[in-house]
Amino acid sequence: MNDIVSAKELAPNIKQFEILAPPVATKVRPGHFVVLQTEEEGERIPLTVVDSNPEKGTVTLVFLEIGASTKKLGKLKQGNRILHFVGPLGNPSEIEKFGQVVCVGGGIGAAAIYPIVKALKAAGNRVISIIGARNKDLLIYEEELRKVSDELYVTTDDGSKGRHGFVSDVLKELLEKGIPIDRVIAVGPAVMMKVISNLTKPFRVKTIVSLNPIMVDATGMCGCCRVYVSGETKFACVDGPEFDGHQVDFDNLLARLRTYVEEEKLSHQMLEKGEG
Amino acid sequence: MAKPDKLIPKQAMPKLSMEERRKTLKEVALGFSEDLALVEASRCLQCAKPKCVEGCPVNIDIPAFIKLIQERKFEEAIEKIKERNALPAMCGRVCPQENLCQKSCVLGIKGEPVAIGALERFAADYELKKEPITPTGSKCNPTGVKVAVVGSGPFGLTAAADLAKQGFDVTIFEALHEPGGVLIYGIPEFRLPKRVVKAEVEYVKSLGVKIQTDVIIGKTYTLDELFQMGYKAVFIGTGAGAPIFLGIPGENLSGIYSANEFLTRVNLMKAYLFPKYATPVKVGRKVAVIGGGNVAFDSARTALRLGAEKVALVYRRTEAEMPARREEVENAKEEGVEFMCLVNPVRFIGDEAGWVKEMECLRMELGEPDESGRRRPIPIKGSEFRIPVDTVIVAIGTRVNPLIQKTAPLLKTDKHGHLVVDDYGRTSMKFVYAGGDITSGTATVIEAMKAGKRTVQAFCEDLQKSE
Ligand SMILES: Cc1cc2nc3c(=O)[nH]c(=O)nc-3n(C[C@H](O)[C@H](O)[C@H](O)COP(=O)(O)OP(=O)(O)OC[C@H]3O[C@@H](n4cnc5c(N)ncnc54)[C@H](O)[C@@H]3O)c2cc1C
Ligand SMILES: Cc1cc2nc3c(=O)[nH]c(=O)nc-3n(C[C@H](O)[C@H](O)[C@H](O)COP(=O)(O)OP(=O)(O)OC[C@H]3O[C@@H](n4cnc5c(N)ncnc54)[C@H](O)[C@@H]3O)c2cc1C
Ligand code: SF4
Ligand code: FES
Repeated sequence: MNDIVSAKELAPNIKQFEILAPPVATKVRPGHFVVLQTEEEGERIPLTVVDSNPEKGTVTLVFLEIGASTKKLGKLKQGNRILHFVGPLGNPSEIEKFGQVVCVGGGIGAAAIYPIVKALKAAGNRVISIIGARNKDLLIYEEELRKVSDELYVTTDDGSKGRHGFVSDVLKELLEKGIPIDRVIAVGPAVMMKVISNLTKPFRVKTIVSLNPIMVDATGMCGCCRVYVSGETKFACVDGPEFDGHQVDFDNLLARLRTYVEEEKLSHQMLEKGEG
Repeated sequence: MAKPDKLIPKQAMPKLSMEERRKTLKEVALGFSEDLALVEASRCLQCAKPKCVEGCPVNIDIPAFIKLIQERKFEEAIEKIKERNALPAMCGRVCPQENLCQKSCVLGIKGEPVAIGALERFAADYELKKEPITPTGSKCNPTGVKVAVVGSGPFGLTAAADLAKQGFDVTIFEALHEPGGVLIYGIPEFRLPKRVVKAEVEYVKSLGVKIQTDVIIGKTYTLDELFQMGYKAVFIGTGAGAPIFLGIPGENLSGIYSANEFLTRVNLMKAYLFPKYATPVKVGRKVAVIGGGNVAFDSARTALRLGAEKVALVYRRTEAEMPARREEVENAKEEGVEFMCLVNPVRFIGDEAGWVKEMECLRMELGEPDESGRRRPIPIKGSEFRIPVDTVIVAIGTRVNPLIQKTAPLLKTDKHGHLVVDDYGRTSMKFVYAGGDITSGTATVIEAMKAGKRTVQAFCEDLQKSE
């Protein structure tokens, strides 16, 4: 259990692990996440399940090495074992035949949106996917998404591949063109989800976002992950992580995400110095 | 051996120096030395009809174990306790004995009751000092019947221990990565050292109990799946772990924690050892803790130890109504926690970056008694005032976490979400039992343990009937 069956670098600082976890692999649905911990001294890290193989009993995770904990995770190799691994967590995505759905994945969100796109397609939707990254080297899951989407748009911030610009630029065009859009689903950095939600609001297009606040237990026990939705306090780990983007207080989410910036910096420095 | 003598005063337990209490998380109450234990034990009258035993929710044979201490038979004393209580080192530390066995002790009528809790702890610690722990419960007639216990708090550990002693093949499923429930993630090191919890968990394991951590029933497996996996019965002790917030403006500003989050970061994730341990916690200079129970006191005293300059405990009633253990109220005072009684927060005010910087409060006065029998706090109009804060810890209670119930519609719950059970912990589903905080709301360790014992009794009867 919890063995890393395969490890792959998808892009600089972006890794993909396939992990043996049969109970999770048989249960998991699009939108679920897991929590893992690599060592006794480590943090509990929430990561979205990107794919699963119930026969092999494996689940696939894709993560960005952004700080000390994810960098340490990235040092693990095929054959290593993850100390603690629990899931599936959160509520699965709402999958129905909506009609035409636009799925937006920013950065690492391109991988996280993949299982949702796949399921929406299987449910009979026409799916337009939009993914973006800072530059072409950081683009992930392009081929995978192309296979399960009816249309795929790619953007890069620097124009090194696909459209020069942001994922929101493409969505804006689609909205302005007036093509029928029954639902938008956005997964990625909080700022990006905020921009997308603000964009779709005047068009009254239902927009679902997958929130990523800081979590501790991820079982509803601590309230660290609380967010305001329609002015009410919700726990993202058990009430979400998906919510109606038009009802989310993103500024509060963004502020709470900055709670530990100083500590994160310190941990990172320690790791770089080899003390972590 | 000393003769029983009621003229000897109750022996006080030595405590850690104030210096260390302000700076470290080391245990405050140091425990009786052998000499002190012998003197204290000698005070027991060995009543023929001991009232203390009635006052003990799990009916430990108190005079018998105290007699064994008098006779310096410490190992036999702990055996005697463990006949009824699998977690004595913990109970000796956290039970509100002043409301239980010690409240009933006859010596308490005219003077001070016997320090039963301290003696229980002494006997348990004596055993823990010797390695390794050996199983004491004889594994009578192994039945080969598999049973599952959900949650590894005091309910789960006690049910599991009793089930194992009855010969069942027991597996505990625990959502978190460490077993112990509130004992491991909630109650701080300085009151209940984690080595004590770990040792008692080891004892339960030594009885043959298997513990699978990182398994959430309702998520990883459902209740139905447990039965499909061959478990004959399921014992649910998932506690009341979901924190309640105040529902007032600004409560999601950065710097505002639930007590559960704050204590979990510090105890379970060891944030006090950051950066060696990766999970951080932020304690500012001015900390306000909202509440008056054990949880509030644990949070306040933890904040003080993590470097806060000023910790104010904000409580809407008066000190007399505080539900916390008396000993901990005194400890907190000694350590410098300030009490702001008859005060209730009404909103939090943040800075530009979204950090809490002030708390607006109202003063209260006590009115007529409410359902709980305590006088109801009533806000005084126009009494608003603000206090500066960097960190706020909300400890106003918890609710039941509905993870299991959500996937088990046949499990009946009441309007608070508590599982509905009969006097023996039988739920609305056959061979599913429950007890502890999940049925009662936050109560005590010993009540959860008592429920654990009862459900095992009920199951044994139900099993016999069904055969
Ligand atoms: C439900 C959910 C699903 C997620 N799925 C993915 C995924 O599939 N792939 C991926 O790369 N990342 C995902 N994340 C984010 C990932 O958990 C964080 O990047 C990671 O915990 C950061 O840890 P660190 O020590 O490496 O970085 P740090 O330096 O500690 O933090 C980097 C940033 O991550 C945020 N963060 C820090 N600690 C946590 C925490 N315990 N929980 C959540 N965010 C935190 C902080 O706001 C910070 O800005 C997900 C988060 C959530 C809540
Ligand atoms: C800070 C604090 C201080 C306290 N101080 C005292 C004190 O001094 N004296 C005293 O007597 N009492 C005290 N209490 C109360 C006491 O701790 C509780 O009454 C007692 O722990 C309840 O035991 P339990 O077994 O019902 O639940 P818990 O101890 O809450 O254990 C429940 C366990 O179940 C696990 N779980 C939950 N859901 C699932 C699931 N779906 N699947 C698998 N596992 C699950 C949880 O992770 C947890 O480990 C205190 C409580 C707190 C929070
Ligand atoms: S009631 Fe007090 S004196 Fe009597 S047996 Fe119990 S502890 Fe001893
Ligand atoms: S992470 Fe603790 S309640 Fe959501």
